[in-house]
Amino acid sequence: MQSLLELMGQAHEQIAQAANLTALDQVRVQYLGKSGLLTEQLKQLGKLPHEERKTAGAEINNAKQALTLALDDRKLSLQAEALDARLQAEKVDVTLPGRRMDTGSLHPVTLTIQRITEIFAQLGFSLAEGPEIEDDFHNFTALNIPESHPARAMHDTFYMESGLLLRTHTSSVQIRHMQHNPPPLRIIAPGRVYRCDSDMTHSPMFHQVEGLMVDEDVTFADLKGILDAFFKAFFEVDELPTRFRATFFPFTEPSAETDIQCVHCGGDGCRVCKGTGWLEVMGCGMVHPNVLNNVGIDSEKYTGFAFGFGVERLAMLRYQINDLRVMFDNDVRFLKQFS
Amino acid sequence: MKVSEKWLREWIDTPLPLDTIADKLTMSGCEVEAREAVATAFTGIVVGHVLEREKHPDADKLSVCKVDNGQGETLQIVCGAQNVRAGIKVPLALIGAVLPMPDGNPLKIKKGKLRGVESFGMLCSSTELGMSDKSDGLLELPQDAPVGADIRDYLKLDDEVIELAITANRGDCMSMIGVARETALLLDVPLTLPAIAPVAAQHTDTFPVEVQATDACPRYAGRIIRNVNPQAATPVWMQEKLRRAGIRSISALVDVTNYVLLELGQPMHAFDLDKLQGQIVVRYARDGETLKMLDGQTATLRRDTLVIADSEVPVAMAGIMGGEPTSVTDSTCNLFLESAHFRPAKIMGKARSYGLQTDSSARFERGVDPAMPLQAMERATQLILDICGGEAGTVVDTLADAGVLQRKAILLRPQRIQRVLGVVMDDATVEGVLARLHCEVSKSDAGWQVQAPLARFDLAIEEDLIEELARVRGYDAIPAELRPRAPRITQPSEKSVGQGKLRNLLVARGYQEAVTFSFVDPKMEQTLAPAADAIALANPISADLGVMRSTLWSGLLRSVGYNLNRQQNRVRLFELGPSFHQDEAGQPQQRTMLAGVITGNLYPEQWGQVNRPVDFYDLKGDVEALLEQVTGMQFHFAPVAHAALHPGQSAQIMTQTDVVGWMGMLHPKLEERLGLNQPVYLFELDMAALALRELPKYQAVSRFPAIRRDLALLVREDVLSVGLENALKKAAIPQLVSYYLFDVYAGKGIPEGQKSVALSLILQDFSRTLEDAEINRIVDAIIASLQEEVGAVLR
Repeated sequence: MQSLLELMGQAHEQIAQAANLTALDQVRVQYLGKSGLLTEQLKQLGKLPHEERKTAGAEINNAKQALTLALDDRKLSLQAEALDARLQAEKVDVTLPGRRMDTGSLHPVTLTIQRITEIFAQLGFSLAEGPEIEDDFHNFTALNIPESHPARAMHDTFYMESGLLLRTHTSSVQIRHMQHNPPPLRIIAPGRVYRCDSDMTHSPMFHQVEGLMVDEDVTFADLKGILDAFFKAFFEVDELPTRFRATFFPFTEPSAETDIQCVHCGGDGCRVCKGTGWLEVMGCGMVHPNVLNNVGIDSEKYTGFAFGFGVERLAMLRYQINDLRVMFDNDVRFLKQFS
Repeated sequence: MKVSEKWLREWIDTPLPLDTIADKLTMSGCEVEAREAVATAFTGIVVGHVLEREKHPDADKLSVCKVDNGQGETLQIVCGAQNVRAGIKVPLALIGAVLPMPDGNPLKIKKGKLRGVESFGMLCSSTELGMSDKSDGLLELPQDAPVGADIRDYLKLDDEVIELAITANRGDCMSMIGVARETALLLDVPLTLPAIAPVAAQHTDTFPVEVQATDACPRYAGRIIRNVNPQAATPVWMQEKLRRAGIRSISALVDVTNYVLLELGQPMHAFDLDKLQGQIVVRYARDGETLKMLDGQTATLRRDTLVIADSEVPVAMAGIMGGEPTSVTDSTCNLFLESAHFRPAKIMGKARSYGLQTDSSARFERGVDPAMPLQAMERATQLILDICGGEAGTVVDTLADAGVLQRKAILLRPQRIQRVLGVVMDDATVEGVLARLHCEVSKSDAGWQVQAPLARFDLAIEEDLIEELARVRGYDAIPAELRPRAPRITQPSEKSVGQGKLRNLLVARGYQEAVTFSFVDPKMEQTLAPAADAIALANPISADLGVMRSTLWSGLLRSVGYNLNRQQNRVRLFELGPSFHQDEAGQPQQRTMLAGVITGNLYPEQWGQVNRPVDFYDLKGDVEALLEQVTGMQFHFAPVAHAALHPGQSAQIMTQTDVVGWMGMLHPKLEERLGLNQPVYLFELDMAALALRELPKYQAVSRFPAIRRDLALLVREDVLSVGLENALKKAAIPQLVSYYLFDVYAGKGIPEGQKSVALSLILQDFSRTLEDAEINRIVDAIIASLQEEVGAVLR
């Protein structure tokens, strides 16, 4: 039988050489298991003379303790090595793109309408809508554009066989709204409109936003104030000069075209503003008394203003789009730019 | 309206530069759309007189001319123009002359040699002077042009033309007199109008006039002029003024009436007196009457059309265009000159209804000063006598409705001015502007009683006057006021799902938003929605945009094709917009739809996931995600065929009561026809069904553990997932809190005609932990229900 000393030397060597936890456990079993070498030695104690038994027992127990400690040490260090190895093995390239469904985007017309309606919502204007297939009354007559009026010639109108038409402007929504809602009114009505015209700068379908405010004390000064505030908010600038030019619309009196200072060149004159320093962006005016009377609102008691503008125009200015037609091609390479 | 600066300055007296005038006009409603010099800034060109012309000895197309330069010299000049001949007067560019050219490089005239013959200058066309875009030959000047005179002075070429956009309400500004009045009003400067003296009658011959349609023609003035020279040449000053206004010179007689129309805004007509029968009758056309017009077209007249007739037939469409048979020609000696007033309402739209648009109709339909016919008559008479000679007769002025010369007074109230404009305007300012407008004003207790000038048809109500006050002072004088107002909460109901939420959800799932036209190709519409009665446009922009869409799919499919043709093979698009339908009564109905299309691979090209082409269930997942936003609403998918979809991959989407949408795979036949060459999946939902949801309502969560039991079942192949679900519902087990199908398999190991489905059941009680015996009872009940309802057996 080997001496305890020899046995221990051999055990420590084996512990040191154990390459992994399994090998280490085998060493543990080999010495400390039920029929391990140390266990066997303990079993042999009974064969020793009584006086040697105590000393030998103590020696074996000490050896066992030392062996257990060495095993635990080795175990910890093997565990640490294993963790190190694992961490090393699990390293990833954090610069590789993540795994996901790509995100899409909203159309610039939608983005622009959303911004416009949000800004006007803060000014107390709520959304209104109306049909796109309209009748003559709501699109023209009620707006003080009688049949045969020269102003109709400006509205290259799409007609149906039935005599109905595709609305040429969102102003028809004013009429429908005023017919069903008593003043005070503050509405904003975005939507599709149609004109029988198609070339580089005209699309047979485009979007407008109509605004209307009617109350007992609405003035042209209010109109200027609201529009000024809107344009500054929309283009996110502290100062944006606007100018109001007199013009004619059958449904407003007085009427104005609103120009903003060119947002591209700051008014110095460039290709976008055709050298004028100004951009025509909106038509507006005080609601014509005939229009109020046509919808049963007392034009002596109430005054109001209305405005209308093209959404594509503002979207093109905002996002520096220089070709109207790309708006309706739906090329994904165009659309993706607005995510 | 093209306005010559020189002509304008004949009448208004201001040192202000054209820039300022143009700006004022633009800001106050007559927008200056373009501005152009009437000639280029050439120098050194004089009136030359061609004395002799010989053919060039060595060039067929060239002439060698002797030209008097007016300075005592005769120059030899080689010229290539066809119309060069001895005796004519033409612009002569002397040696040293500089002619700006369109390419920016000025042409300097030097002594030259053409095919061996020396040339000491150049004879010019109007194009070379920058007076027109094209010309055929030399610009021939009148015989009385002074030889040697600087052409700039002679033709008064130091002038600019501004082009004004005249709005539909300002017929009065479609004339020089109107623009001059407007300019004087805006600048507050004196206006000097040409004195128009009556032309004394040289004979008393008259042609009878009978106005029958007094409602449409309140005034008709006529005059005979005898023995005019129809061959007379239009003087150069008139030709130039007409040219600058964009009107071509035709003959002296026609040019005079055009000139008066430009100058005074009064359209006139000259008839050949010898071709008129009996008398003039102003009446409405009779059924079946026709008129051959000056433009060569023959119009079949309607009864709503006012005509000028003689005793036999219509000879002119009143206020629109004259007839060809009675028009003046180069042999006309005796004239009947018409200067009338027609009511705008009776002329409005008539020209357009015959496919016409004339200078005359454009003015009459907007309104012409009813006092003008007599002045215009005298002006035109004088010009004709001056240019063509002849003897004028007495003017017969038939004033059928004297009321036309009266304007209704408009009450203008100071407080109304303030209420509309938001500014206080003092009395002096108001009265000053009204005076400059040439209104007749009387002060009353309430304000002012104002009669607008006859020419101003746009001034009919108080607001019109208020606009004048604002406009003349400038809109800049009105402050921009952002006044505090009662706040209004515009937040939509929490129960409304909101278009934004659905849009954002699709964006998060990789869709791009498209916007496509509301009108589509009728053939495509017919294919995609054969049952829909599409609404057709009467005047589409093109045949392939001829009907209103009843589904958004046509536009989306067109966009898919557009992208596939451009190597974009993975496309995910959606659109939220209107579709159009007819109800039983044929009335149009509009619905807002949300539609989407996907094709190509599920993911963009990437490294980390196994990619594969999209399929039905990818799209269904997106649709379910949308429908889930409508909390409280149950939707069902039913296998129903759709004309546009693959019959085996087509689902109708329903609520308990209504069909609210469709989804599926584009029918392979259509895919082929559209040349898409890869599977395409589509959905469309009616937004009305997605509009409102229920608010979340809290339900307590059980504190006891949930138990999962998996079942492996065999069912017939045609048993639908929804059949299993219904069987589970029918079992009505309160402890069955959820279930899901986690595997479907058919093939090896499964009997023919059957499939294996694996179902996971989650069981949980609210008041205690479920025990095994209880669980077994529940599972048995479920198996029994599945067996009874769909014939399922445990594997």
